[in-house]
Amino acid sequence: MDNTPQEVWVFVEQKEGMPADVSFELLSKGKKLTDNLSGVLKSVVIGYQVEDLAKETFRYGTEEAILVDHPDLRNYHTMSYSRILYELVEKYRPRIVLFGATFQGRDLAPRVASHTRSGLTADCTDLQIADVQYLRQDYQQLLLQIRPAFGGNIIATIISPDSPTQMATVREGVMELSPLEKFTVGKITEIPYKPDPMDQLIKIIERHQEEKKVNLKAAPIIVAGGYGMGSKENFQILYSLAHAIGAEVAGSRAAVDAGFISPERQIGQTGVTVRPKLYIACGISGAIQHRAGMQDSQKIIAINDDPDAPIFDVCHYGIVGDVMQVIPIFIDSFKHKLR
Amino acid sequence: MAFQSIVMVKQVPDTANISGQVMRPDGTVNRAKLPAIFNPEDKVALELALQIKDRHGGKVSAITMGPPKASEVLRECLYMGADAVYLISDRKFAGADTLATSYVLSEAIKKIGEYDLIFAGRQAIDGDTAQVGPQTAEKLGLPQITYAEEIINVKKPRVTVRRRIDGGYEIIESKMPVLITVIKEAAEPRPFKATRVMAYKNAKSLVELEEMTNANSLLYIDDLKEEFISRNLFIPTLTLDDFELDISRIGQSGSPTKVYKIDSVVLGVGEHIKIEPNKDGIGNLIEQLMENRIFG
Repeated sequence: MDNTPQEVWVFVEQKEGMPADVSFELLSKGKKLTDNLSGVLKSVVIGYQVEDLAKETFRYGTEEAILVDHPDLRNYHTMSYSRILYELVEKYRPRIVLFGATFQGRDLAPRVASHTRSGLTADCTDLQIADVQYLRQDYQQLLLQIRPAFGGNIIATIISPDSPTQMATVREGVMELSPLEKFTVGKITEIPYKPDPMDQLIKIIERHQEEKKVNLKAAPIIVAGGYGMGSKENFQILYSLAHAIGAEVAGSRAAVDAGFISPERQIGQTGVTVRPKLYIACGISGAIQHRAGMQDSQKIIAINDDPDAPIFDVCHYGIVGDVMQVIPIFIDSFKHKLR
Repeated sequence: MAFQSIVMVKQVPDTANISGQVMRPDGTVNRAKLPAIFNPEDKVALELALQIKDRHGGKVSAITMGPPKASEVLRECLYMGADAVYLISDRKFAGADTLATSYVLSEAIKKIGEYDLIFAGRQAIDGDTAQVGPQTAEKLGLPQITYAEEIINVKKPRVTVRRRIDGGYEIIESKMPVLITVIKEAAEPRPFKATRVMAYKNAKSLVELEEMTNANSLLYIDDLKEEFISRNLFIPTLTLDDFELDISRIGQSGSPTKVYKIDSVVLGVGEHIKIEPNKDGIGNLIEQLMENRIFG
């Protein structure tokens, strides 16, 4: 191994110049990884008039911001963004590249990994640096990419031992945001953008985007329902409960798959990770993927008719009973206590 | 105006029914021990391709890479209306990650020939990575449209697609050929057609024919294969010998990502306070939460 410091890159996602939260979370995690590697943290910012955003990444410990700024790059575009990134990766061969597991990140990262033939792990719930022995070979300072797999019965640790660049995507909310109190202004390296005929193959005709209607991450109280709610009709009772106590409603993946609730309200590994003051899990069995998204809540109440449901292992208060009977009692009692 | 579509499908373990016993020591799943199903979003992808054929004519081919057993999903593709199916199967392909998989799939697609559209499900339920679609597109030098929820218009040389993005949608126009990955809301897969089930239930891949000859010494593989081809019941199988592949890029050894460690999830012995499901129990809990300023 040579002595040039190992580089950790974070792709900074933006829409109309507004950064995605996940990018700063990744920079915070990237800073910790670079500390372990004695390496250098760099951000990659692609867009139009996004120099301020590039500067903002210094607050998270970025030593260098790689900036590609051009009117053609105002909006995310699969072909141009992926080409810019794989050319950069091929040229500088960073040790690690991190992407948000967003619509953009999941569209972009696989192409970059494919072109550079890098190992890529999706939806990691933890990242660590460690020396590893694999097939009787020693590898120093590999990125451990940790994620639940196969129905949540196992936690897999993935490595890319022979991949010059190791890539991973991480969902929003999984890594903690930690801006530095003291930071140094790093340097901005601007890379010129060269248009390519391939970019013209796809045109965005219309983009319709609403401000996020639900912001589960900011909700102090969350009422979440699972498959155990039984039906979409039964699910309505969660809205009554949420209305009474001032909460947002969310669901497990099983509830989303069953059509009880919309996907943007999904909690868990492939949904949102939350840390509210209170999380009320109703009819949720508590698979590891779900727990990955809510186990750091301050207080957890679990309501389930199966006393052996794994959700009871992470909750603070367990109520064994039928959700359709327990929740009305909860609402009544709450209204009564308020008086 | 007819369109040639290729649909990439995958047989996946039904992840709802997995236990530790089906994992091999190296961390890969022993799929033979699991109930296997047609990956749901791939079925939606096939439906979209069939709808385009219904409206505009053309041909729909389905391909899958997997163990011999994966021909089960190819038969289901035939039941739904696919015109041709291809099994890509070789021991040497096994244990592939998304990069090695997309390499073999892209080479197979080059062999199958002309196409206007390639469809795939957004992701498979066993890994949820959503990587094989974009990586196949990249290897074929094609543009991609991921998270498609509606095909708005197809007219050579362009296709217009509505795709989901964070908090909304985008309408995208792409030149063909293009690879499109679809989400489950895009369409409701059609049921199997009884006449097609009758016609194709005996369709067999080469491996399945070999199994027949092994079980019955009166059968000869070459004769059998010829007979199945003539009855239009042969599922073509592409093995390593049918390609000129870079061996260093296939299978487990050609996969940059490795499963280093598998930890069974140990259920915590987390202590919690049991609350009775009645007025007193829940009332006390609410009081306690109010005191702790969780409420209010």
